[in-house]
Amino acid sequence: MKGFAPILVVLALLATVPLITSSNVVLNFMVMALLIALVGQGWNLLGGYGGQYSFGHASFFGTGAYVTGILQMRYGVNAWAGFIIGIAAGALVGAVIGALSFRSGLKGSYFALVTLAFAEVLRIVASVAPITGAGVGTLIKLDLRSEAFQFQSRAPFYWIVLGMVGVSLILTRMIEDSRFGAYLVAVRENEDAARALGVDATIVKLCAMTISAAITAAAGCFYAQYYLFIDAGIAYGPWISIEGLLAPIIGGIGTVFGPLLGALVVKTLGELTKLVTGGAPGLDLVIYGSVLIVVVAFAPRGIAGIFVDLRRRLSGTRGRSRD
Amino acid sequence: MLSPVILVPAVLNGLMTGAVYALIALGLTLIYGVLHIINFAHGALLTAAMFAAFFAYQWLGIDPYLAAIGLTPLFFLLGYGLQRFVIGPAAHGEDRNILLVTLGLAVVIENALLYAFRADTRTINLPYAFNVIEVGTAFLAVPRVIAFGVVIAVALALWLIMRFTYTGKAIRAVAKEKLGAELSGIDVAHIYAVTFGLGTACLAIAACLLMPTYYVNPGAGNAFVLIAFTIVVLGGMGSVTGALVGGLFVGVVESLSGLYLGESLGQIGIFVMFILVLLFRPSGLFGERA
Amino acid sequence: MTEPLLRVENVSRRFGGLLAVDQASLTAEAGQITALIGPNGAGKTTLFSIITGFLQPSQGRIVYDGADITGVPPHRLARRGIARTFQIVQPFVGLTVRENIAVGAHLSRPARTDALAAAGDVARAVGLDASLDRPASSLTVAGRKRLELARALAIEPRLLLLDEVLAGLNPSEIRDMVPVILAIRDRGVTIVMIEHVMQAVMSLAGHVFVLSEGRIIAEGSPQAIAGDPRVVEAYLGKGAAARMTAAGGAHA
Repeated sequence: MKGFAPILVVLALLATVPLITSSNVVLNFMVMALLIALVGQGWNLLGGYGGQYSFGHASFFGTGAYVTGILQMRYGVNAWAGFIIGIAAGALVGAVIGALSFRSGLKGSYFALVTLAFAEVLRIVASVAPITGAGVGTLIKLDLRSEAFQFQSRAPFYWIVLGMVGVSLILTRMIEDSRFGAYLVAVRENEDAARALGVDATIVKLCAMTISAAITAAAGCFYAQYYLFIDAGIAYGPWISIEGLLAPIIGGIGTVFGPLLGALVVKTLGELTKLVTGGAPGLDLVIYGSVLIVVVAFAPRGIAGIFVDLRRRLSGTRGRSRD
Repeated sequence: MLSPVILVPAVLNGLMTGAVYALIALGLTLIYGVLHIINFAHGALLTAAMFAAFFAYQWLGIDPYLAAIGLTPLFFLLGYGLQRFVIGPAAHGEDRNILLVTLGLAVVIENALLYAFRADTRTINLPYAFNVIEVGTAFLAVPRVIAFGVVIAVALALWLIMRFTYTGKAIRAVAKEKLGAELSGIDVAHIYAVTFGLGTACLAIAACLLMPTYYVNPGAGNAFVLIAFTIVVLGGMGSVTGALVGGLFVGVVESLSGLYLGESLGQIGIFVMFILVLLFRPSGLFGERA
Repeated sequence: MTEPLLRVENVSRRFGGLLAVDQASLTAEAGQITALIGPNGAGKTTLFSIITGFLQPSQGRIVYDGADITGVPPHRLARRGIARTFQIVQPFVGLTVRENIAVGAHLSRPARTDALAAAGDVARAVGLDASLDRPASSLTVAGRKRLELARALAIEPRLLLLDEVLAGLNPSEIRDMVPVILAIRDRGVTIVMIEHVMQAVMSLAGHVFVLSEGRIIAEGSPQAIAGDPRVVEAYLGKGAAARMTAAGGAHA
C-alpha cells in the first residue's frame, strides 16, 4: 500500500475504541493485541524485510522490561526516562548480538539457534541474579500518576501503545520507501548478489537488527508499566519470542500491516482457547504452534499476502510468463 | 585433588553420561547430515519419548530397558510420519519454512505435554537403579553401565545399516548428492523420512536409558538437547564421528567440572560454550561449512 | 603502452588439496572487451570470484586502476566501479524487474524515486522495458540474463565482469545480446567476459586468455587462439590438434 494515508486511517479508527467502549475486557484485549503487534513489528523488520529469522526476540523484550523496572525500583529513575533508557538498552543488546552473529557469518538456522541461545542465557541469568529479584521477580510499585507512567484507567495506556504501534507503522513504511529498505530486501532475496551491487550486507543486517530490537524493547518497557510485575519467564521466556514471530507470519510477513493483523488473530485465538478450555497452561501455545505450521504450509504470505494475490488477480496483472 | 582414586571414577562416569549425550547428538547430526535441517523439535521429541518411557513403567509396569523394544519402532514411525507428512510438505522445500515448521512442532509437542501432564517433575524408581558394579576403585551405577553398552551397540548397528543395507547406502547417497540420488531412482522423500525416523528412534532409546537415573517434566528434553546441540556444533554438523567423540568429550568435561565447580554454573556454561562455538566455528571440528 | 585497467598477477587459489587456480595472470585494457575462455572446471568462475572479492587468493594479487585491490570485499569494489554478473543467474525473485535494477541504481542515488527512474533507463538500454513492472520470477532465461546485466550496469561500473552471460540462450537471443554488449563497451566500460559461445567470443573480444586446469595456457587475438593447438587440446583432449591436422581440416 502506498503512502501514509492507510496508516493514518487505521490509527484514527483504532483510536476511537476507548471512546466507544469502556469495557475493561475489550480494552485489555486490545492493549495486549497492540503489544504483540509491536513486538511483531520489531521481528518483522529483521525477519520479514531482512529475511533473518530470530527465535529469541525475548532478549530485547525482557531487557526493555527489566531495565525500566530496575531503574525505577532500585535507582529511583523517573518512569518515562526509564522507558527511553530501556529502549536504548534493548537496542544495544540487539546491536551486540547482531554484531557477533553477522560478523561470524551466521545465517538461517544457525542464526535462529544463536538468538535462541542468547535469549535462554538471559532468562537463566535473570532467574538467579539478585538485581532482577531472581526467582521472585521485579515488582513495580503502584503509583497512579502520569509522571510515573501509570494511569487509573486503561484508556491512556491504550492510546500510548497505539501511538507506539503507529510510530512503528510509519517507520516501517518509510523504510520500505528508502534505500535502506531496498538494500535490506535485496539482502533477504540474495545476499551475494546484493554484495556485488555495493550493499554492505553486514551493516544493513546490523542496522535492521538494532532497530528491530529497539521496537521490541519498547514493547517490553510498556509491558512492565502496564502489568507492574515481571519475572525471568515473562520477560525472557519463549512465549514472547513465539507470539512475536507468529503475528507477522500470520498477518503477512514483510508487509506494513502484517504484524497488526496477525496480532489480532493470535490474541483472538488465545481468548477463544481460554473460553473453551478454561485456561489450562500450554493449550494456547499448542494452538499457536499448530497455526504456525498451517500458515507456513498453506498461506506462507499470510493474510496480507492473500489480499495482495487477490488484488493482483482481480486487476488482471499476469504474474507468470507464457513459458 | 587430582588423585586417580577420584579422577578415574569421574572420568568413567563422564564417559557413560557422555554416551547418552552422544546418542541424542547422533540423531540430531544424522538429520542434519542428510536433510540439511536443524531439527528444532529434537528436544520436544526427546521429552515425549521420556514421558512415554515413564508411563510405560507407571501404567504398564514395563521396565524402561524393555520398553525401549516397543518405543523404538514406535518413535521411528512417529519421526517418519512427521517428516513425510508434516515437515516435508509444509515447508515446500524452502529452508526458512523448514525452520518455522520444526519450531512449530517443538512448540506444539512441548505444550501438549504441558497441557496433558502439567509441569510436575516425575521420576521412576527402579529397584536396581542404585546397584553398583565395582571396577577397580570406581563404583559404577548399573543403569549407567547398561546405557554405555547400549549406545555402543546402537552406534554399531547404525554403522552396519549405513554400510551394508540398501537403505543405508541410499541415505548416504542422498546426504552426499541429492539430485544425483534422485536421478538414480532413489525416493528422496522416503529416505528423508527414514532418516528422520532413525533420529527419533535414537531419542526413544536415549529416553529409556535416561529414565532410570533422571527425571522428566515438559522442559526436560530441552536441557539434554541443548547439550546435544553443543556437541553437534563442536563435533561438526553432519559428522557421526564428531557426535560420538564430542558426546564422550562433553560428558567427561561435565563430570570433571562438576567435581571442581559444582552444578550451578552448569547450564549457563553449556549455553555460553554453545554460543562461542557457533560464533567462531560453526562448522565444528569435523563437519561441513555452515 | 598505457597501464591496463585490470591486472591479475600470478593468482593461485587452493581448496584443501585442489589447486583451482594456478599462477594465473591476465590483463584487461581499458575500453576493450577481453575474453576468458577454457573448458569446464578450468577455474574461470573461481578467478572471477577472486577478482571481485568473494574469495581470497592463496597467492598473488589483483591490481585495478593502479591500486592493489586484493582482498577488498565485493561491496567496496562495487563502489570503486567493478561489477559482475553470476554464472547462475541470481535475480531478486520477490521483486519486480524495476526494483531489481534499482538496487544497483541506489549505489549513487540515495532517493528511491531517483533509483527507480534510473532503473527504467537502464532497462531500456538492455531491452527490458516491456517487463519493468513484472516480477523477476516471470522472466524467461534470456530475460533473466538481461536483468543480471542491467543490475550490474545500474551501478555505473568502469569494469564489468560477465560470467557466461550468453549461456542458455538460443542463437537468435545471442544475436540480440551481442549489440547490447558492444554498446556497453562503446560507452567506455571495460569488459572481461567468461564465455563458451565461440562465435560471440570471436566477434566481441579484442583479446583472449585461455584457462585450463587453473593455468593460463595461451593468450592472443581471437584468430590466433582459434588456431593454437594447445587450445584445441585443452578442449578436445591430447593429440586432438594433431589428429585434426592429419584429417586435413582446420576448425575454429
